[in-house]
Amino acid sequence: MSKDFSLHPELASTFALPVDLLYFLLVAISAFFTVAIVVVVIIFCVKYRRRSDDERPKPIHGSLPLELAWSIIPFFICMGIFTLGADMFFRMYRAPADAIDVYVVGKQWMWKIQHPEGKREINELHVPVNTPVRLTMTSEDVIHAFSIPAFRTKRDVVPGRYNTMWFESTKVGEYHLFCAEYCGTQHSTMIGKVVVMEEQDYQNWLSGGAAGESMAEAGMRQFDQLGCATCHKNQSGGRGPTLTGVYGSPVQLASGDIVVADESYIRESILQPTSQVVNGYQPIMPTFQGQISEETLLQLITYIKSLSEPTE
Amino acid sequence: MTTTVTPESPAAADHGAENYLNHEYGIKSWLLTVDHKRIGLLYLITTTMFFALGGVFAGLIRLELMTPQGDMFQADTYNKLFTMHGVAMIFFFLIPSVPAVLGNFVLPLMIGAKDVAFPRLNLLSWYCYITGGSLATFAIVAGGVDTGWTFYTPYSSTYSDGFVALALTGVFINGFSSILTGVNFLTTIHKMRAPGMTWFRLPLFIWAHYATSLMMILGTPVVAITLLLVALENLLGIGIFNPDLGGDPILMQHLFWFYSHPAVYIMIVPGFGVISEVIACFSRKAIFGYSFVAFSSLAIALLGFLVWGHHMFTTGQSVYASMVFSFITFFIAVPTAVKIFNWTATMYRGSIDLKTPMLYAIGFMGLFLIGGLTGTFLSTLAMDVHLHDTYFVVSHFHYVMVGGMVMAYLSGLHFWWPKMTGRLYDELMAKTGAVLIFLGFNLTFFPQFVLGYLGMPRRYHVYPEEFQILHVASTGGATVLGLGYIIMFGCLIYSLFRGAKAGPNPWTAKGLEWEIESPPIAHNFHETPIVTSEPYAYEEEDVLLADKASH
Repeated sequence: MSKDFSLHPELASTFALPVDLLYFLLVAISAFFTVAIVVVVIIFCVKYRRRSDDERPKPIHGSLPLELAWSIIPFFICMGIFTLGADMFFRMYRAPADAIDVYVVGKQWMWKIQHPEGKREINELHVPVNTPVRLTMTSEDVIHAFSIPAFRTKRDVVPGRYNTMWFESTKVGEYHLFCAEYCGTQHSTMIGKVVVMEEQDYQNWLSGGAAGESMAEAGMRQFDQLGCATCHKNQSGGRGPTLTGVYGSPVQLASGDIVVADESYIRESILQPTSQVVNGYQPIMPTFQGQISEETLLQLITYIKSLSEPTE
Repeated sequence: MTTTVTPESPAAADHGAENYLNHEYGIKSWLLTVDHKRIGLLYLITTTMFFALGGVFAGLIRLELMTPQGDMFQADTYNKLFTMHGVAMIFFFLIPSVPAVLGNFVLPLMIGAKDVAFPRLNLLSWYCYITGGSLATFAIVAGGVDTGWTFYTPYSSTYSDGFVALALTGVFINGFSSILTGVNFLTTIHKMRAPGMTWFRLPLFIWAHYATSLMMILGTPVVAITLLLVALENLLGIGIFNPDLGGDPILMQHLFWFYSHPAVYIMIVPGFGVISEVIACFSRKAIFGYSFVAFSSLAIALLGFLVWGHHMFTTGQSVYASMVFSFITFFIAVPTAVKIFNWTATMYRGSIDLKTPMLYAIGFMGLFLIGGLTGTFLSTLAMDVHLHDTYFVVSHFHYVMVGGMVMAYLSGLHFWWPKMTGRLYDELMAKTGAVLIFLGFNLTFFPQFVLGYLGMPRRYHVYPEEFQILHVASTGGATVLGLGYIIMFGCLIYSLFRGAKAGPNPWTAKGLEWEIESPPIAHNFHETPIVTSEPYAYEEEDVLLADKASH
């Protein structure tokens, strides 16, 4: 997070170099066309300047070969850039399976971050270097955007849904974290830093400070306190479906649809339980909309996810 | 180019004595006028007021950004400033400027009509504009709006405590002004062309306005509905966009950009029309590839409706939807490039005279080229993820809207000013203004591309100090830009009092509007003109209907 002026931002993730190469390609193409046309226009302005008021140049009405050439050539250049950009975008979209999870809640005007191990932080995100990290993000109020220019990535943080983004940092250091979507009075102070650490330092950091419960443990406590366990028992036969092994697997709904139980599905099932009832069960679950915070919700989801992990 | 129905006409014997400006006097004759030329002037005066207002806001924003600390205004004040800058400039200056000022004035003249098809509707459209503008101004004076001109939910509907509903109502009513202008122009172009003025004899300014009118009619109702829904949620708590009430905030963005992306073309396509006229006139050449230029406007109008999702690549919309939007966006680059190439080719072997309108037109080509090419950065999916919501975007759309659209508007204003007022302005002073505007603009906005690539987010009141040097450069440029605008404005105003008489055709331009007196008489033409040749017939001898009529 250098305080010195520079014409080029730091490169600190696996996306940074490919995005920059794309950028320089685009700069080169743009510079070529701009210079070419400006030079031609200047030459014409000089060479064909009006020398007498009686000049009546011969009309030239057009040329089909020229029109085709300057339609088709830009078209193919555009398609080339499109393909490069779309391919890269696709890679930015799909997190690797071995990515570690971190959970982000945005609110006016701070970032609240939870690590599955239980560590929490505000306006700071600590991550290990050379490790893919997947952020699952939501907002308590308005739309924000989680932006890390040194990683060349950002994603909107939208209330009422989970958006995810991932990155793999390549360089130990501290980098700007900005809120990039205008969110009200203190928008420009909703900033922080991303701290990239060596793996060992990261582990020390995770286990440092007050050793609290992990997110899954906190989720389990909430699961009991909110009374979820009375219906969702560990074995079948409860009034609600058992949640063991549900995360990541297909669920048959009463409507006949089959959905994969991801974070968004579990979130919706807690907040609007009657909207996607599992086949064979009654729509009797009460809603928890407005009764639990986004952070608690994430803890519950982490707990339910932990029920599908083979090592548990 | 034309002949008249009857050669004898005593009406205009007293040359230049009576015209649309002096045939009636008094406030009432202006406020209740149904003359398209007077309505054009009403729009000119009122849009200029909003341009000045928006310009003052821009100046204050640039002053604040001289230092990273946010020491000049409170955060809320800053947020209101950039919101009101956007609202005033987009809804009350850029959208109406070329169509409602220049279009209203010259469109009927160009096709040989006495007025637009629905003169009273035309006046009503100005009143919609004034009512909407007054409400928005009142919202500004009463306490301001801080949502950004995009009015994104749920911030605008639930969290903002400014006068959002009032401002939305203002923009909503103003939308009707656009719709009425669009309906009027479409009907006028279809039904009121002079005999012989076939579709392919229409000046390209008319084709551009035809495409613009289509977009106004098809797009504006959608934004009107969207803003109404935001206002309903804001006032009554009906859940449409707020997830706490069961709504979807992203839905608002889809609806908003379904209009607001075409709105970008509503702003720029009429400017393309101006540029075609000016380049043809000051190169004394027919436009190269007339039909390609004409149809590229229509292609842009059509494709413009299919790309709204390129504003939403980072919202979490489906990755496949993003790919489709990106693909179609690249497609639009083609008709846009075609226009630039054709204008350049028009100058080839021409007789080029760098009068003020031509200076603005050439400035337009350079700046719009950069604006358009940087647009391809933003339509490149992976690139947009980094650049979205940074100063790169701010710079890109200012290159298109100010570098492109405002330069085109000023080009057209200087081109038709002698026709509108009957006076010539001082060329040297006008050129000084044009050059300062061009230089000041680049100095203001070019550093912002760099800022954006470095990661500087938009709408930041306080910013990290390593960005300061570029912000200071930008503010310096804005000072030059502001000076250029003041000189330009002063030059035009001065010409009203001291300018030389223009005569019917000071530029030896082709087109029906140049064959009648400056300023024109109230009914434009003494006799209905009959068109017998192609547009831009610069190789032919000059013809003056007005002179013929008086002989």
